[in-house]
Amino acid sequence: MHKTTLEKANSAESMFSVSALNVKNKKTQKLYSVLFLMMTLLLILPVLVILGTLIVKGGSMISIDFLFTDPVNGMTEGGVFPALLGTVWLVSLALLVSVPLGIAAAIYLSEYASDNWFTRIINLAIINLAGVPSIVHALFGLGAFVMFFGFGTSILAASLTLAIMTLPVVIVSTRESLQAVPHAFREACWNMGATRWQTIRRVVLPNAVSGILTGVILEVSRTTGETAPIMFTGAAFFLPFLPQGIFDQTMALSLHLFVVSTQVPNVPEALPYAVALVLIGMVLLMNSVSIALRMYLRGQKKW
Amino acid sequence: MNTAHDYAITTEKLNLWYGSFQALFDIDLNIRNGMITSLIGPSGCGKSTFLRSVNRINERLGYVRIDGKINVQEQNIYAEKVELVQVRKQIGMVFQRPNPLPVSIKENILFGHKLHVKDKKYSAADYNDIVEKSLRQVLLWDKVKDSLDQKATALSLEEQQKLCIARLLPVKPNILLMDEPCSALDPKGTAAVEELIWELRGEYSILLVTHNMAQARRASEECIFMLMGKVIEHKETSDLFVTPDKKETADYIEGRYG
Ligand SMILES: Nc1ncnc2c1ncn2[C@@H]1O[C@H](COP(=O)(O)OP(=O)(O)O)[C@@H](O)[C@H]1O
Ligand SMILES: [Mg+2]
Repeated sequence: MHKTTLEKANSAESMFSVSALNVKNKKTQKLYSVLFLMMTLLLILPVLVILGTLIVKGGSMISIDFLFTDPVNGMTEGGVFPALLGTVWLVSLALLVSVPLGIAAAIYLSEYASDNWFTRIINLAIINLAGVPSIVHALFGLGAFVMFFGFGTSILAASLTLAIMTLPVVIVSTRESLQAVPHAFREACWNMGATRWQTIRRVVLPNAVSGILTGVILEVSRTTGETAPIMFTGAAFFLPFLPQGIFDQTMALSLHLFVVSTQVPNVPEALPYAVALVLIGMVLLMNSVSIALRMYLRGQKKW
Repeated sequence: MNTAHDYAITTEKLNLWYGSFQALFDIDLNIRNGMITSLIGPSGCGKSTFLRSVNRINERLGYVRIDGKINVQEQNIYAEKVELVQVRKQIGMVFQRPNPLPVSIKENILFGHKLHVKDKKYSAADYNDIVEKSLRQVLLWDKVKDSLDQKATALSLEEQQKLCIARLLPVKPNILLMDEPCSALDPKGTAAVEELIWELRGEYSILLVTHNMAQARRASEECIFMLMGKVIEHKETSDLFVTPDKKETADYIEGRYG
C-alpha cells in the first residue's frame, strides 16, 4: 500500500513531461493556425489592392469641387455632382418603398402567420426573388414600371426596380432579427394579456431594431453600387441639368463610372478611378455607420 | 378574492392531441379556490400541457386539438364568445425559467397594468404605489427599492422569478399557474420562492407543477398525481403522501419512476 503511493509520486515527474505524441500534435496545431492566418490575409488582400490602386491613381482628383460640380467637356472634366445626387435620390426612394413593405412582410411572416402551405410558398418566393440576377430585375423593371405603368425611364421606375430587388433581403434580415428575440419574452407578454400587436410593438420590435437597421443599411450600400437595374429604367448617360422630380431621369454614380471608363473618348486616366473612389467611399461610409449603429444598440440591450 | 365559487378550475373529459399524439386523456379535475394545488408526476406525463391549456397558450401551435371542457370560475374558457385577453388577465403564468422583460424592474411591474388600463388618470405616484405594493407582496421590495430603474435581467434568478410573479399581480388575476417555478433556482432561492408562494395562498388559487415531491409536500394543500396523460389521484397533500389509494401513486412517491 505504502509502496504503491510512493511509486506513483516518483512517476509523477514523467507523467507530466512531454511525450512524442504531444510534440507531433503541437506541430500540427501550429501548422493549421498559420495556414488559416494565411488564408485570412489572402482574403483582405484584394480589398487592400483595390483601395490602394484607387487612391494612388484617382486620389489626386478628389476634392470638394469634384464632389459638387457638374461634369463638363463631354464628361472629360469637372465633377460628379449630378451622379452623386442621382444615386442619393435613387437609393432613398428605393428604400422608402422597400423598407416599410419588407418590415411589414417580415413581421407578418414571423409573428402572425402560422406554418402552412401558403406561408411556405411565400417563403419560397422570397428566397427565389433574392436569387434573381440584377439584369433580370432590370428587364422586369423596364417592362413593368417603364412601359406597363407608364412611368417612363424615370427616377420612380428605377427606384421601384431597385426596391423590388432589395425587398427579399430586407424581409429575410428583418425576419431573422425578429426571430432572434427570445420566445420567452413573447410568452411573458401574452400571459399578461397582451395582444399580438402590443407584444410586437412593445417588446419584439424594440429588441429587434438593431438587427433590422443593420440589415437596412447594408442594403443601402449594396443598392448604391447596382448598375444594371437602373440602366434601362431611369439612369441617364449624361444629363446637363439636375432632375426636378421623380418622373425625370437622372445620372447615377455607378452608371457614370461605367460610362467614363468605357464609353467616352479622351477621358483623363485618373477620372474613372476618382469616380470609383467616390462610389466606394459612399459604400464604406454606409457600412461604417451600420457597424457603429449596431455596436451602439448592442451596448444598449442586455439579456 | 372571489369566494362565490368553490372551484377555480374544473375540467370535464379534457383530451388533448399534439397532431396525432394524444397527450391528455379524459382529465376530470376540480381545483379548489384559494388553495395551492400541486401537480406532480414523471417528466412527460402532461403536467405542462395541462397548465398551458388552462390559459389557452397551447392553441398557438396550429396542430393542437382539444376536446372537452375547461371551466375557470365556472365559465367555459373555450366557449365561442370568450375573449382570450380576458382569460389571460384572470390567469397569470409563471415559467420554469424566469423570463423578465429586458426593461427596468419598474417597467416590468407596470407592463401588464399599462396594457389594460388606458385612461390617463394615473400619476407617477399611483404608478409607484402599484410597483411598491406588488414588490412587497413578493417580498422583494426591500432588496430592489433603490434600483427600480435598473434592468430586470441583471437580478439574480431568484429575484427574477419573484419579479415575474410580482408583475402578474397588478393585472389582478385570480389564478396563478406555476410551471416548475423553482427548478432553475438553487436551494436557497427555492426556499425563498416557496415561502412566497405560501404567502400568496388564499388570495390567489395556485396550481403548482413540480417534479420535486418534497416541494409538493411542503408547499401545497391538495395534490394531483398524473401519469402518462391521465390523472391517477387527487386528494389532500398530507393524505396523498401518507395513504395513497393507487399503486401507481405509491410507486411514484417511493421513487420507483424517477
Ligand atoms: N409542442 C409539443 N408538440 C408535440 N408534443 C409535445 C409538445 N409539448 C409536449 N409534447 C408531448 O406531450 C407530452 C407531455 O409533455 P409535457 O406536458 O411537457 O410533460 P411534463 O410537463 O409533464 O414533463 C410529452 O410526451 C411531450 O413529448
Ligand atoms: Mg413540463
